[in-house]
Amino acid sequence: MNKINGEIYMQNKEQKELLVRLGEAQNKFGYLSEKVMIELAESLDMSISDVYGVATFYSFFSIRPQGRNIIRICKSVPCFLKNSQVIIETVEKEIGIKPGETTPNGKFSFHLTNCIGVCDKAPAMMINSEVYIDLTPNKISQILKAHK
Amino acid sequence: MPVRTVLLGQGTCCISAGAKQISAALREEIARLDLAGTVQVKHTGCRGFSQIDPVVIIEPEGLLYSEVKVDDAPEIARSLLPQGQPIERLFYRDPVTDRAIPHHRDITFYNKQQRTVLKNCGYIDPEEIDDYLAVGGYQALRKVLSEMTPEQVIEAVKRSGLRGLGGGGFPAGRKWEACRRVPGDEKYVVCNADEGDPGAFQDRSVLEGDPHSVVEGMIIAGYAVGATKGYVYVRAEYPLAVKRLGIAIAEARERGFLGENVLGNGFGFDIEIFQGAGAFVCGESTALTLSLEGARGMPKPLPRPRTTEVGLWGRPTLLNNVKTFANIRWIINKGAEWFASQGTEKSKGTAIFSLTGKITNCGLIEVPMGITLREIIFDIGGGVPGGRTFKAVQTGGPSGGVLPEGLLGTPIDFDSLTAAGSMMGSGGMVVVDEDTCMVDLARYFLDFTQKESCGQCSLCRLGSVQMLEILNAITEGNGRIEDIDLLIELGESVKIGSICGLGQSAPNPVLSTIRYFREEYESHILEKKCPARVCKGLISYIIVSDKCKACMICLRKCPVEAIKGGKKEVHVIDQDKCTRCGVCLSVCPERFGAVEIIPGREVKIHG
Repeated sequence: MNKINGEIYMQNKEQKELLVRLGEAQNKFGYLSEKVMIELAESLDMSISDVYGVATFYSFFSIRPQGRNIIRICKSVPCFLKNSQVIIETVEKEIGIKPGETTPNGKFSFHLTNCIGVCDKAPAMMINSEVYIDLTPNKISQILKAHK
Repeated sequence: MPVRTVLLGQGTCCISAGAKQISAALREEIARLDLAGTVQVKHTGCRGFSQIDPVVIIEPEGLLYSEVKVDDAPEIARSLLPQGQPIERLFYRDPVTDRAIPHHRDITFYNKQQRTVLKNCGYIDPEEIDDYLAVGGYQALRKVLSEMTPEQVIEAVKRSGLRGLGGGGFPAGRKWEACRRVPGDEKYVVCNADEGDPGAFQDRSVLEGDPHSVVEGMIIAGYAVGATKGYVYVRAEYPLAVKRLGIAIAEARERGFLGENVLGNGFGFDIEIFQGAGAFVCGESTALTLSLEGARGMPKPLPRPRTTEVGLWGRPTLLNNVKTFANIRWIINKGAEWFASQGTEKSKGTAIFSLTGKITNCGLIEVPMGITLREIIFDIGGGVPGGRTFKAVQTGGPSGGVLPEGLLGTPIDFDSLTAAGSMMGSGGMVVVDEDTCMVDLARYFLDFTQKESCGQCSLCRLGSVQMLEILNAITEGNGRIEDIDLLIELGESVKIGSICGLGQSAPNPVLSTIRYFREEYESHILEKKCPARVCKGLISYIIVSDKCKACMICLRKCPVEAIKGGKKEVHVIDQDKCTRCGVCLSVCPERFGAVEIIPGREVKIHG
């Protein structure tokens, strides 16, 4: 970190790549391992703790292994008003884990997420980058079955 | 040349409703009927009336088919034959009059709107630059580069009265001017598309439906302030917007609108997309720049110079929202005076709102500033569905406030909404009805902001947790009457003691619900009742004896065996055993409807 006129900004322009590279690593390995973070720190000339700090700040990064399919159910108000709680409970029942967990067979990770911007079709969720809308408990079982 | 165009929305909302499959089926049928020479199927952004997606529009007639299914494709294709007839059963039916409406312009959802920024969303193919050029795209850029000095551009934006549409409402022209005045040969233009407010999706729709309008606005801004590089900061949750914007930027580069020598004018400008990684606080300008630099997106401490002076990598940076940039081409093309002639004295132009929650017509709308909340919710939005009663509207997302029925006459503009205790914010408009508990709603919004706090300011980090704990206690029936004033005191402290918009506005939903719905807080605390029958600790399930048919279903399904009764013996819930799980209500056959929820815990057993 550097300061000009008391103002904080990042001088190392290479560091801009950090978020991009973290995203690529996350896509490739499914999570950000210690090894990946150390390598990134070295190649971008940053401290390991700074890389760790960034990796843990953003909710789309994970420092623990994730399942093959990542389920993100919207927990924001418009979905809440359309009974997203029932959807969350249905997913919990179907795959047997709570939000924040990964199934033992590595098939699913389950997270609650902030608004995914399809509030007009609430309740909604994403599996990987696919958006599912107007959810009902019946739809959930069908959608989950389609994911291997 | 095609004589007819079939417009098919392909926004995230439309695609998840099956629009891709419909498009494939339609194209196949059209080819089979040998109509490919006269009928063109065009993919567009979403037209905003999400409630009736997927929508198919036939131009030039302007026929609108609503809630189309894949199986409708053959019939739609046949209707396009020379002797074909419009398909009445697919017309939109007005929920009030039940009349079938063939033309989209006659639908009430549309005819009170004034679409400027959204004008091309739903008409042009966002992945085809020629479509954008055909509706006058990049003409504003040509005009700016050939006829105007940067100062004249800034003057036009100033005269138009355009205010930043990201929430703050800061006059855009003044921001541009400030950035222009800062000396420096390295400046940046940043587009904030980190739309994180729950209940707002206009930035997504604009980027998915008309990405070039944002690109064009940014190039003009770059010319005006003297920047050579632009970044669009898009959130990770919007993959389709990222894809379409990427296509738009590549096409613009190919046609010479972006690059080292824009339109041969000697001015160089390029745009790069930057994807966020899921952090609400990054919508704040200093946090966003830090995030762009690859750091944790935490708002910079006070006192901080403006981003226009010391922004990205310490350089002067112009940061505006998606919609602000999308307005620029209209100001240049139609003139600052035209823009300034719309809206109210201090809020010019239009406002875009996402209508969601308990409202008949969910979707995205664009209205002139100054229109009232009542017109939006009841005329365009069609009111509250299912015969329920309107209770309140939340504008401005978790930073905004909740406004009751009595304030529906409030005109929509930056200042009136702020005066009423809410804000324009990102344009989310969440309608709630009598079945929504205001204490629970405030708790839900606060739970969101509390989790998104970056943690720098003690009052935001800890004060919001304390407020949440008090709200939890109230909704569980453990509130004390002095808690209401304590919430107000804490809320005001969190606002004062936070350095960014997140903390400064996080208490708003709590404060505004106390301001307008204090009696609901008091019912929870003094009477131990949740009037909206939501808070589990403050309601009871009962079986209405003269409706109960003693069918034994609920009695068998109750997980805690709290229901007594037998065959031919009316069932009764033992309130001491009941855990309010709601199973009895969900299993009681609809034709009996014997299980009801009543507010409060002190109930005499009906029988």
